[in-house]
Amino acid sequence: MRAFDYAAPRSLDETFPLLADGRRVRFLAGGTDIIVQLREGRAECDLLVDLKRIPELRRIEIRPDGTLAIGAAVPCAEVYEHPEVRRRWPALVDAASLIGGIQIQSRASLGGNICNASPAADSVPALIVLGARLVLASARGERELPIEGFFRGPGQTVLQPGELLVRIEVPPLPPCSGARFLRFIPRNEMDIAVANAAAFLRLDDDGRIAQARVALGAVAPTPLLVAEAGELLAGQQPNDELFARAGELAAAAARPITDVRGSVLQRRHLARVLTVRALRGALARAQEGS
Amino acid sequence: MAKVHVRTEINGEPVEFLAEPRQSLLEVLREELGLTGTKEGCNNGNCGACSVIFDGRVVNACCVLAVEAEGARIVTIEGIARDGELHPLQQAFLEEAALQCGICTPGIIVAAKALLDREPNPDELRVRHWLAGNLCRCTGYDKIVRAVLAAAERLQAQEVPQR
Amino acid sequence: MTTIERPRYQVIGTRPIRPDGVEKVTGRALYGADVRLPGTIYGRVLRSPHAHARILRIDTSAAERMPGVLAVVTHRDLPAVADGIQNLGETAVNVRELAANLLADDKVLYHGHAVAAVAAVSPHLAEEALGAITVEYEVLPPVLDVREAMREDAPLLDESRRTKNIAGQVVGERPSNIAMHHRFEAGDVEAAFAKASVVIEREFRTKMVHQGYIEPQNATAVWNQDGTVTIWTSTQGAFAVRGQVAELLRLPVSKVRVVPMEIGGGFGGKIPVYLEPLAALLSRKAGGRPVKMTMSRTEVFQATGPTSGTWIRVKAGADAEGRLLAVEAELCYEAGAFPGSSVNAGAMCMLAPYDVENFRIDTYDVVVNKPKTAAYRAPGAPAAAFAMESVVDELCRALKMDPLAFRLKNSSREGTRQVSGVPFPRIGHEECVRAAMESDHYRSPIEGPNRGRGVASGFWFNGGMQSTVLVAVNPDGTVNLIEGNTDIGGTRASLAMQLAEALGIPYEDVKPFVADTDSIGHNDVTGGSRTTFATGLAVYEAAMDIRRQMVARAARILNLPEEDLEYVDGGVQSKSDPSKRIGFKEIARQQARTGGPITGKASLVARGVGPAFSTQIVDVEVDPETGKVTILRYTVVQDAGRAIHPSYVEGQMQGGVAQGIGWALHEEYCYDEQGHLLNANFLDYRIPTALDLPPIETVIVEVPNPAHPFGVRGVGEVSIVPPLAAIANAIYDAIGVRFTDLPISPRRIVEALYGGKEG
Ligand SMILES: Cc1cc2nc3c(=O)[nH]c(=O)nc-3n(C[C@H](O)[C@H](O)[C@H](O)COP(=O)(O)OP(=O)(O)OC[C@H]3O[C@@H](n4cnc5c(N)ncnc54)[C@H](O)[C@@H]3O)c2cc1C
Ligand code: FES
Ligand code: FES
Repeated sequence: MRAFDYAAPRSLDETFPLLADGRRVRFLAGGTDIIVQLREGRAECDLLVDLKRIPELRRIEIRPDGTLAIGAAVPCAEVYEHPEVRRRWPALVDAASLIGGIQIQSRASLGGNICNASPAADSVPALIVLGARLVLASARGERELPIEGFFRGPGQTVLQPGELLVRIEVPPLPPCSGARFLRFIPRNEMDIAVANAAAFLRLDDDGRIAQARVALGAVAPTPLLVAEAGELLAGQQPNDELFARAGELAAAAARPITDVRGSVLQRRHLARVLTVRALRGALARAQEGS
Repeated sequence: MAKVHVRTEINGEPVEFLAEPRQSLLEVLREELGLTGTKEGCNNGNCGACSVIFDGRVVNACCVLAVEAEGARIVTIEGIARDGELHPLQQAFLEEAALQCGICTPGIIVAAKALLDREPNPDELRVRHWLAGNLCRCTGYDKIVRAVLAAAERLQAQEVPQR
Repeated sequence: MTTIERPRYQVIGTRPIRPDGVEKVTGRALYGADVRLPGTIYGRVLRSPHAHARILRIDTSAAERMPGVLAVVTHRDLPAVADGIQNLGETAVNVRELAANLLADDKVLYHGHAVAAVAAVSPHLAEEALGAITVEYEVLPPVLDVREAMREDAPLLDESRRTKNIAGQVVGERPSNIAMHHRFEAGDVEAAFAKASVVIEREFRTKMVHQGYIEPQNATAVWNQDGTVTIWTSTQGAFAVRGQVAELLRLPVSKVRVVPMEIGGGFGGKIPVYLEPLAALLSRKAGGRPVKMTMSRTEVFQATGPTSGTWIRVKAGADAEGRLLAVEAELCYEAGAFPGSSVNAGAMCMLAPYDVENFRIDTYDVVVNKPKTAAYRAPGAPAAAFAMESVVDELCRALKMDPLAFRLKNSSREGTRQVSGVPFPRIGHEECVRAAMESDHYRSPIEGPNRGRGVASGFWFNGGMQSTVLVAVNPDGTVNLIEGNTDIGGTRASLAMQLAEALGIPYEDVKPFVADTDSIGHNDVTGGSRTTFATGLAVYEAAMDIRRQMVARAARILNLPEEDLEYVDGGVQSKSDPSKRIGFKEIARQQARTGGPITGKASLVARGVGPAFSTQIVDVEVDPETGKVTILRYTVVQDAGRAIHPSYVEGQMQGGVAQGIGWALHEEYCYDEQGHLLNANFLDYRIPTALDLPPIETVIVEVPNPAHPFGVRGVGEVSIVPPLAAIANAIYDAIGVRFTDLPISPRRIVEALYGGKEG
């Protein structure tokens, strides 16, 4: 591992000047991606900026309007242990409790999972269907965007030099709605997703689907929001046949590759299976809530 | 690049050391501080042999930089037995023959302690789930899981009279 | 436990705490990587990025100039060694090839092949120095698959290689990657097939898999000023390390001292040397500084002993009554970059559960551009049993016969001729099959969609070889047991228990100690499931030595003739008047006055190895949508001969099964077309986690080995032999698809079920 300097600023104001002196900077949240990448030479930097001592990046907050704001460096374990998150955003718990084993969850943050921009990142499909927005900050100020607009390719995001993710904002789930995240891995733990999927459903008073969102991971260069599936589902009575058709659309939207973790055929097939299962799970949660 | 002065607490004792930013906590524990009970199996977060308790949570010391330990409270396998007495987990591992080569054992005992500190009464599935980040190639886990459950029982039995 | 005539033992069969246990649960036990000597510097290895290439030039000058870099070595620093076979116990190595594997000579033969090594004042600096070494390669096309490598037009790893027979004589005329071909044959195969009412013929493939021990290879070496070398390392055999290092460095063995540290798993993979000679050479160049080397997990996967990938064809025929009439098989095993797979062992194991008179098995040992294979738990047997036991399952289905009833009907027994022609001694396969049939598991029904049950049997020879032990009686009546076998999974306990039993003293009074190579006579490796058996025999003989001396001392103390005395239950007493008795502790206390220290010893080549069988039952559930296989229930039945410490016997049985489950479902070396290993880490080389395995039920069968005083057979290996087929058979039972390629991963299952329809 190449040598680098380390800084642990205590506020964003202390952070920005560190990013402007021309050195190659990488951020450190839980370190479960970046430390391994630096060690293996897959990433390099002159300065590693530890974000964990910035209080606002370490907070989970529920705003009066019901919005959940998760600081970018909050570890997964704190997310899924949070009683209100467990009650109100179970799909986020689905995802956060699947990332690595317990040791990884003690450190790994949602911010790191998002900014690492792996197509297989487990938190992202769940955050997409929940309608999450990302708040980015730089010396020039803050900006905000929907999470699905954040990714440009494997390991590539819209973050500008000098800019970082400060928090993830998740709106409250409307009444009669539910979401579910699922992934497929060969073992039962400790693998990176071969494919993953999340679904969100909101039901109207007749039990019809008023609104739906489906997102996939590990089947394209970036996580995918499958808009076609949402359009198909909206206005329909939920049933197995409908979900199967949504699954077909998800499989069709997938643009997978074959690598050591899975094949094109397997991934496309799993996109369909996981979409159907996630829809069933979301429906069950929506019906529970109503 | 300059070494960083780090002040931390390990197994209840204040510890200071100098570390290069690129040195992992695992490297410093083992090579600089002589705490070789924490093992290295993969150095990339996949085996749990390097498990330590860091501010109350179990982490892989290979995925933490030593400089991140500033102000932290760390417990390693060397700090699990207290006042010369084995922890009930350690006793149960011996009695249940829950180790063969023993290289995974420190990490598993540390991880299991973190579990029992939080959840004194886990069921078998919970134990398996919690320990999924700790690889053991020798035992097939059967006796490890039994040992953790036995220790949980013993700890609970110990607690009753104290109350 | 199913036990045949069990004598009353005091210690054997109990479950005491292992002597090294407290150190290991408190983190105080010192493993190889825990060695810390003053002035230690750190060694690292530069490895080939190519699977097959000629080395045109290596320039180490820039690395040597870096401040803090104290030594650099390449193949030129290794003394020239000639061809010569060194027996390592479970496998043998050619020393010239071992040298070429240690540091590549003119060619690199696999991705990760060592090219140079450096030592520097910090591990990070050593790693930076590797980046300063330039190597020019002429990249050659690699050959990665055993069948491809056997073709006449395949790229050759070594143009001078000709196929040899099992005796080492050249039989091939043209250069070839086939290093060895042999045929095992008996009876009249064609005539027997003609009589068969069912014949099944199938081809099987398995991938290279790794032992997967959690502790990476490590070594610390000091080249002392007097020209001797001291090495601290985690190894299955300190004497095997000493022998290899001495040969490679052209030193007399007496100049090499190997101190075995605790070892974090081996399974056969920690018998060959990889780092020890490099650390020694680096230490010499660095003026005698201690050099510590540890492998990264990636290096472990890239460059240390996997076991062979295989291609196997089996044809088997049975008559209408379910008698196995004939078997014809072809076994092609990948040896890796240098010859020496365990293909012949595979051939000798696959038919061992059966009494079959007509067979013909062709074996091929084939080099490919992948790491040199090393022994892995019952080396050669699991892949061969996967093929044979899958075909037997199909025979049983065709015959509509219970698969255990078939195995019972055709079972080998004492006197059955093995493939090698040698008749079996007393063995316990029938007992294992019967115990499996009577198990609660086999008698409970398996119900539900996509669920199925499979069974399989397996065999392993077990090992004998050389052992030495020393026993010293302390004045307080305890004994020191000094042995030379590193303790990988509780052998201190199993040896101490045998000594306690033989001497009639409490187990707690025995203090076992693993000595270095300067401190005890030769001991072969802890491998081949030999230690509890063979070193146990030595322990027993040393105990008898002690008992004889105890009798002599008692004669002096009691003032009775030796002929009137006998050793009974931890003391010596008069045959004519048993009330005249003196205990072990009292004799021990008086030893200084009665003739000085009492020490016993035994050195032997163990004869009368007791082979082991295992029969296993597994229930699975397959998710037909995702291809995920869940192991619902697993039972392993195994003949231990005599279970000295039943917990550690069960542990061996469970551990072998766990590895077999990984092999069956997930584990494989994945290469790209250029021969790069793609999954050299524990994330993508998937060994089972605690969440992937069910509780593994154990049934210990005890058919004592008549050649061992307590009846011990080996227990360490055979449990890994049946799982591959048992699981494949269970998956067939669940979903009606016969998988002949391993691993039966979710990807393979999904592709098999949906391959025609999507994609
Ligand atoms: C054994 C193991 C198992 C794993 N299993 C999974 C899994 O199941 N699913 C999964 O999705 N991932 C998994 N991962 C990957 C990893 O743990 C996750 O991606 C994790 O969420 C990363 O978070 P972190 O806080 O550790 O990120 P870090 O490693 O600290 O950072 C990741 C990247 O994001 C950048 N970054 C971090 N925070 C910010 C910020 N606020 N603003 C801008 N950039 C930032 C960093 O510079 C770095 O490039 C696993 C990793 C390991 C080692
Ligand atoms: S060494 Fe840290 S997880 Fe394996
Ligand atoms: S006991 Fe050897 S790895 Fe667990």
